[in-house]
Amino acid sequence: MAKRTFSIGGVHPDDAKIARDCAIEVLPLPQTVYISMAQHLGAPAKPIVAVGDKVKVGQVIAEPGGFISAFVHSSVSGTVKSIAPRKDISGNLMTHVEIAVEGDEWVEGVDLSDTLITKLPEREVALERIKACGVVGLGGATFPTHVKLNPGPNAKPECLILNGAECEPYLTSDYRILLERTKEIVIGAAIMKNILGPECKCVIGIEENKPAAIKAVEEAVVVLGYQDIDVMTLKKKYPQGGEKQLIDAVMKRQVKSGGLPISVGAVVQNVATALAVYEAVQKNKPLITNTLTITGDCVAKENLHNYLFRIGMPLSYIAEYAGGIPEGAAKLISGGPMMGKAIANLDACTVKGSSSILYLSAKATKRAEASACIRCGRCADACPMGLEPFLLNRLAKAGDMEQLEANAVQDCISCGSCQFSCPANIALLDRINMAKGQVLGIIRARAAAAKAAAEAAKSNEAK
Amino acid sequence: MSKYLVSPSPHVHAPASTKSLMIDVLLALLPAVIVSVIFYGWGELMVLAVSIASCVLLEWAITKWLLKKPCTIADHSAIVTGVLLAMNLPATTPWWVVLIGAIVAIGVAKMTFGGIGQNPFNPALVGRVFLLLSFPTYMTHWEAPKGLWGLDATTGATPLGVIKEGLMQGSTVQDLMAEHGYSYSQMLFANLGGSAGEISALALLAGFVYLLCRRVIKPHITFSIWGTVIVFSGIMWLIDPAQFTDPIFNLLTGGMILGSCFMATDYVTSPMSAKGGIIFGVGIGLIAMLIRYFGAYPEGVSFAILIMNMTVPLLNKWFHQKKYGRA
Repeated sequence: MAKRTFSIGGVHPDDAKIARDCAIEVLPLPQTVYISMAQHLGAPAKPIVAVGDKVKVGQVIAEPGGFISAFVHSSVSGTVKSIAPRKDISGNLMTHVEIAVEGDEWVEGVDLSDTLITKLPEREVALERIKACGVVGLGGATFPTHVKLNPGPNAKPECLILNGAECEPYLTSDYRILLERTKEIVIGAAIMKNILGPECKCVIGIEENKPAAIKAVEEAVVVLGYQDIDVMTLKKKYPQGGEKQLIDAVMKRQVKSGGLPISVGAVVQNVATALAVYEAVQKNKPLITNTLTITGDCVAKENLHNYLFRIGMPLSYIAEYAGGIPEGAAKLISGGPMMGKAIANLDACTVKGSSSILYLSAKATKRAEASACIRCGRCADACPMGLEPFLLNRLAKAGDMEQLEANAVQDCISCGSCQFSCPANIALLDRINMAKGQVLGIIRARAAAAKAAAEAAKSNEAK
Repeated sequence: MSKYLVSPSPHVHAPASTKSLMIDVLLALLPAVIVSVIFYGWGELMVLAVSIASCVLLEWAITKWLLKKPCTIADHSAIVTGVLLAMNLPATTPWWVVLIGAIVAIGVAKMTFGGIGQNPFNPALVGRVFLLLSFPTYMTHWEAPKGLWGLDATTGATPLGVIKEGLMQGSTVQDLMAEHGYSYSQMLFANLGGSAGEISALALLAGFVYLLCRRVIKPHITFSIWGTVIVFSGIMWLIDPAQFTDPIFNLLTGGMILGSCFMATDYVTSPMSAKGGIIFGVGIGLIAMLIRYFGAYPEGVSFAILIMNMTVPLLNKWFHQKKYGRA
C-alpha cells in the first residue's frame, strides 16, 4: 500500500531523533514531589488530602473538578507537606500537593508484575477504570480519555486511530514505548476499540522514519491475534500527529471547522495513552508514570536518555540526574521544537503529559531578525489547515477581527509550520495566536448571547 | 534560569532565508550571464557591472538618506534586480542609459513603494520598459557583438524585429525565416541577436530547472505562460502560417524564456495561490502574443508581465487555497 499522509501543507524539519537508541531507564525517586492539580485539559482537580496525611503510591489525592477533568493520584508514598500554589514551567501559579517521599509503598490492588493480561474486560468496567485511574491523552492536549471514549449515544465511531506518528523532531519517547511496550500498547488499543463499539476498527499510524516500531507493532498484532487492527505506515511530514491531519491521512476525511473528530467517525488516541489505558484497565495502575526524552542538539551523546518518570518530579532534579544543563544550551523546552513550551522555570514539575526536556543551542533556536514579507507564499504552502498566514498576520496587525474570522484564523492549530518556513523570519504564529484568542473570544461571546436570546424568547413564549 | 531564552514556539526554523533565496536566483541566472558575456564580450560585462553597482548603491543610499530605515541591501534582492535589468538591455547600451534604468527600477519601481516586498511591479521590467520608451534607438539597435575569444553572434535586429518589419513590408514568415536562416538550434544555444537575456534559451532553462529543483519557485506560472503561448500561437499559425510565427519560435525568441522563468515568477509581483498564478500566466501569454502578432512592438513579454502585475491584488483577493474542512 502506498504510504499516506495528510493532503494540505506540511513541512519537513530535520527529525533529529538522536535519542532513538536509548532504552527507557527508570528515574530514581527524589526526596520531594510536587503534584500539580492541572494535569489535564479542563477544570483543575480538587485536592482531597490534608497536610500531614500519609499517602501511598497510586492513592487518589485529588478529584475531578468538573465534567472535563480527571483524578490525580500520588506518584510516591510519604507525607503530604503542603497544598499550595507553585509555579509551573511557564511561571504561572497552580495548586500543587507537596509530598515528602518515604519508601515506595503502593496501594492495594495494583498489579505490579510484568505478566501480560490479554483478556479484555467489559466495556463499562474498562471505561470506569480509565476514569478512576486518571488517564488523559498523552499526545499533547491531555484531554480526559474517558470523556473522549464515550462520545454519546448519537455518535458513530468508525475508526480508532492510534497516533504513533511522533512527528515532532527530537522526541523519541513514543518510539521507545512502541519498541519496548509493544504488546501492552496493542492491547490498550483493543480495549479502547471495544469501548467504542463493535463497528469500530482500529488503525495504528506510524511514520516511515520508525521502521523498527512498525515491524514490532505488526508482529504484536499478529501474535495477539487481533483481526481488525491495522498498522499504517505514514510518510514523514510535520504535523502528521495533529489530530485533524492524522484523520485526513488515515481516513481521507476532513473534520469541519469547529467540529469534533467524532463527527467524521474518528477517535484519535496517542500510543502513550494506549499504554496508560492498558495499565489502568488490566493492571489497575493509575496514570502516575510516563516516558520523557532528554535530548537536544547541544546534548552530549552519553547524556541522551529516555526516562520513565513519575509525575511531580522537579525538572531540575531530572536535569541534574541526566548530567546537568549542557554547556551550549540557549533554550530549554518541554515538548518538541515545533510546539513545545519554553521552560521559564526549571523548578516546575513533571505532569502526566510531560514528554521531554529539550536543550537547543543558540544556533538552532535563536530567532533571526524579521525582515519585510517578500510574498513568497511559503507560509501558505506550509499551513496544514490551508490558511494564509501572511494575510492573517496583516489582518492581525490591523486588528480586523471580522476579516480574521472570515479568513478562518480560528482554524489555526498553532503547529508553527508557517513561522518555521518564513524566509523573512516574521513571527507569524506569535501574532496569529493572539488574534486567534481574540476571535475565539468573540465567537464564544456571540454564541452565549445567541443562547441567552433564545432562552429569553422561550421564557416569553411560556408566559 | 534567567540566562535561557523564553519565547513561544516554534523553536526552530527552516534554513531558507530571503538572502539564500536571492542567492539561488543569482546562481540560476549565472549560466545565461556567462553565455552572454562570452558572446557580447566587454560591453556586456560593463552593462552588468554598471547595472548591479547602481542598483545596490541606489538602494543603500535611498534607505540611508531618504527613507532613514535599516539598510536592506544585505538581502541581495538589489543584485537580482541589477542582473535582470542588465539582461534586458543590449550589450551596446551606454553606461548612463543603464544608470537611468537602474534609477527607475530601484528608485521609482521599488523604493517609492517601500522597498522589498511592497512593489506592485517588477522593478527590472519597469526599468527596461522605461528605457525602451525613452531611448528606443539604444534599446533596439543591435550592433555586431564582439564576443570574447572572437566568437561572433549574428548581427542586426532580433528575429522578432526582423519578422515584424518583414511582415509589414508584405513578406511572409516562411520567406523571412529562410532568408535569415533562423533555426531552433540557434535559438536554443545562443546565436541570435538580442539582449543578454534573449541570447540562449538553453542557459536560461538550465537556471529555471535549478530553481525548480531547489523549490525556490513553483512551475505553475511559467507552465501556464508556455501553454497559453503554444495554444494561441499554434491556432494562429495553423490558420495562416504565412502571417503568424509558429509556437516554438515564439517560445524561444525574445524575452519569453527570461520573462516566464525569472520575471513572472517574482514572488512579490505574482499571485499567492496556484489558481491565481495560472490565471496570471494565461494573461501574460495571451497579452504577449497579441502584442507580438498585432501590436506596434515586435516584443510584448515585458508589457504583458507589467500589465498582469496590476491584476495581482485582485487575484489574491479572489483566489485562495483550499482550506481544511471547509468545502
